[in-house]
Amino acid sequence: MSTPQDWTPPTSTDSHPGHDHVVAGLKGTDEGGADLVQLLTPEGERVPDPRFDAYAADVDVEMLKNLYRDLVLVRRFDREGNALQRQGQLGIWVPLLGQEAAQIGAGRAMAPQDMAFPSYREHGVAWTRGVDPTDLLGIFRGTDHGSWDPKAAGFHLYTIVIGNQCLNATGYAMGQKFEGRVGGDDGEATICFFGDGATSQGDVHEGFVWAAVYDAPVVFYCQNNQWAISEPTERQTRVPLYKRAQGYGFDGIRVDGNDVIACLAVTRWALEECRTGNGPVLVEAFTYRMDAHTTSDDPTRYRLADELELWKLKDPIERVRVHLVRSLGVEPEFFDGVQAEADALAARFRQHCVDMPAPAPDRMFSQVYAEGSPAVDAQREAFLAYHASFEGV
Amino acid sequence: MAVLTLAKAINDGLRAAMERDPKVLIMGEDVGKLGGVFRVTDGLQKDFGEQRVLDTPLAESGIIGTAVGLAIRGFRPVCEIQFDGFVFPGYDQIVSQLAKLHFRSQGKVPMPVVVRIPFGGGIGAVEHHSESPEALFAHVAGLKVVACSNPVDAYWMIQQAIASDDPVIFFEPKRRYWEKAEVDVSAEPQPLHSARVARPGSSLTLAGYGPVLKTCLEAAEAAVADGHDIEVIDLRTLSPLDLGPVFDSVRRTGRLVVVAEAPSETSVAAEVCARVQQECFHSLEAPVLRVTGFDTPYPPSKCEEDYLPDLDRVLDAVDRSMGW
Repeated sequence: MSTPQDWTPPTSTDSHPGHDHVVAGLKGTDEGGADLVQLLTPEGERVPDPRFDAYAADVDVEMLKNLYRDLVLVRRFDREGNALQRQGQLGIWVPLLGQEAAQIGAGRAMAPQDMAFPSYREHGVAWTRGVDPTDLLGIFRGTDHGSWDPKAAGFHLYTIVIGNQCLNATGYAMGQKFEGRVGGDDGEATICFFGDGATSQGDVHEGFVWAAVYDAPVVFYCQNNQWAISEPTERQTRVPLYKRAQGYGFDGIRVDGNDVIACLAVTRWALEECRTGNGPVLVEAFTYRMDAHTTSDDPTRYRLADELELWKLKDPIERVRVHLVRSLGVEPEFFDGVQAEADALAARFRQHCVDMPAPAPDRMFSQVYAEGSPAVDAQREAFLAYHASFEGV
Repeated sequence: MAVLTLAKAINDGLRAAMERDPKVLIMGEDVGKLGGVFRVTDGLQKDFGEQRVLDTPLAESGIIGTAVGLAIRGFRPVCEIQFDGFVFPGYDQIVSQLAKLHFRSQGKVPMPVVVRIPFGGGIGAVEHHSESPEALFAHVAGLKVVACSNPVDAYWMIQQAIASDDPVIFFEPKRRYWEKAEVDVSAEPQPLHSARVARPGSSLTLAGYGPVLKTCLEAAEAAVADGHDIEVIDLRTLSPLDLGPVFDSVRRTGRLVVVAEAPSETSVAAEVCARVQQECFHSLEAPVLRVTGFDTPYPPSKCEEDYLPDLDRVLDAVDRSMGW
């Protein structure tokens, strides 16, 4: 047995697994492993999958064109968000570059009656729920904490504290079950979005426990984008994340998160499992964050350029474009049209951002309590009087 | 009129709320078959079923976090935390989500959730079972915080807390669970967020809440022999504080002693002192004094008689105030 005197601290290279370092069979940037569900290869080739083809049977050329349009438009306004931050119009932006397919596939798998609980990067899911992209700006410009109606959209407000929403989603799904809304094709389900870093949080673990013991109809949709700010997946887990589900007693599955058809099919299956009473389900969308964690972050300090180049070859949009052109014979005019639409959306997004009014001075006092508070009301009155005293100065 | 213990009064109040509204749920560890470690939820699962009274897994963040989700869905969950010192794993969900969702959504997502916390010492318990963390919640905007002190208030306040569209942290004085009183269930209750004059008097004001209220009343009785006519105010609501009755009282008596079990620094008692000196400065005949727990972790139970404000410490403060 060693004594404290014998012990010497390991060097930093010893303690930090590198990109080639395999921990318990998992490598953060490998191809996803043998269990990865993939329906469209990075080369744009549609490959059969006996288990999930049925869930993508309706993906004809028109539907794939619509999915392509979703991907391009979401990427376009996301890039505009980055630019607006760089120009000082936004305090921060949380980019989704590289995760478009994971989000569009999952979002388009949802039925109108379903409910989504996002973290803060789910701009693509918001798009599929009919939330206008301009509604996402207030959070990052500092005018509000989320301006859309969560109930009307079936899309809860962004949750910034990591993993909190997994418990909130589970509770909501328990409510769906208690109300008898589970069972049959018109049943309801909930989907909860979180990242690989969140899987280290206690709330995610507790969400898994609660969902399992109450058979809650909730799909836990983990976008494993390989990095939790600067911490790699190896710092979160010794086993592939989807395999954790087994320990809680429900299904876990890993899908190619850069393959929009596979994400659509697998999420449809997972939601169907939930709405028919077989949930919960854990989906690990194996993808990659191609940009920074947020605009405050510098990924060149912690990851290698080679890694980014590798993932560029697996781009979620390019493979759909290649498939549309080579296999389905879609003409260039379609792509030009989508590009023009994307540019118009970006222009509207930018203009809205610049035009957003500052909140009224008493914004901070409003809706603190549903039933009001004498102390807050008194502070509001005193503040407004103080504010008014500057008028005409 | 029924004579009820404080615990039974809460039980009856929960039952009444559950009968009135099918969306009211009880959630917590051991609240079902066992009826809670203090039996406050006794018999409710038998009568309302496992879907209205949920014996949950053992994780406080899970209890609060799923209650938040259920409230988003339209339910009115009442969460039981077994003991004060166990609330901290759930504190993140309380502060980050429960308290802020109404404000974050600009009123689109109300949070009608009650978190029941048996609090305070005096039962000879081990560590983490005797704390008074109310200031930590009263400091959080978006939460409402109340503490009951007697069976009548317990019966009404729990129902009012459940009916509120705001999240309410509901503190129950655990060493008073077995105190009895007559409860008139047909009476008109005081509003939830209102202080109450528990004993009228003219020479000094004692203000307290929860378990020390009884101590204050006993002190007022004992002080009669010394010729003091003490007014006792039960604060009842800690956020928002209803200090109007305290100001009125202090303007008449000129003297205030605030009593609480919690440590004194940056406490609810400290806030009462600050506001009273601001509003009643010209009426004060003596500095506002505090009788509280000490600024230490809650001690081993063999020390708690010294830690908790007792009759002698309250009377000592009364003497100091009167002798100023």
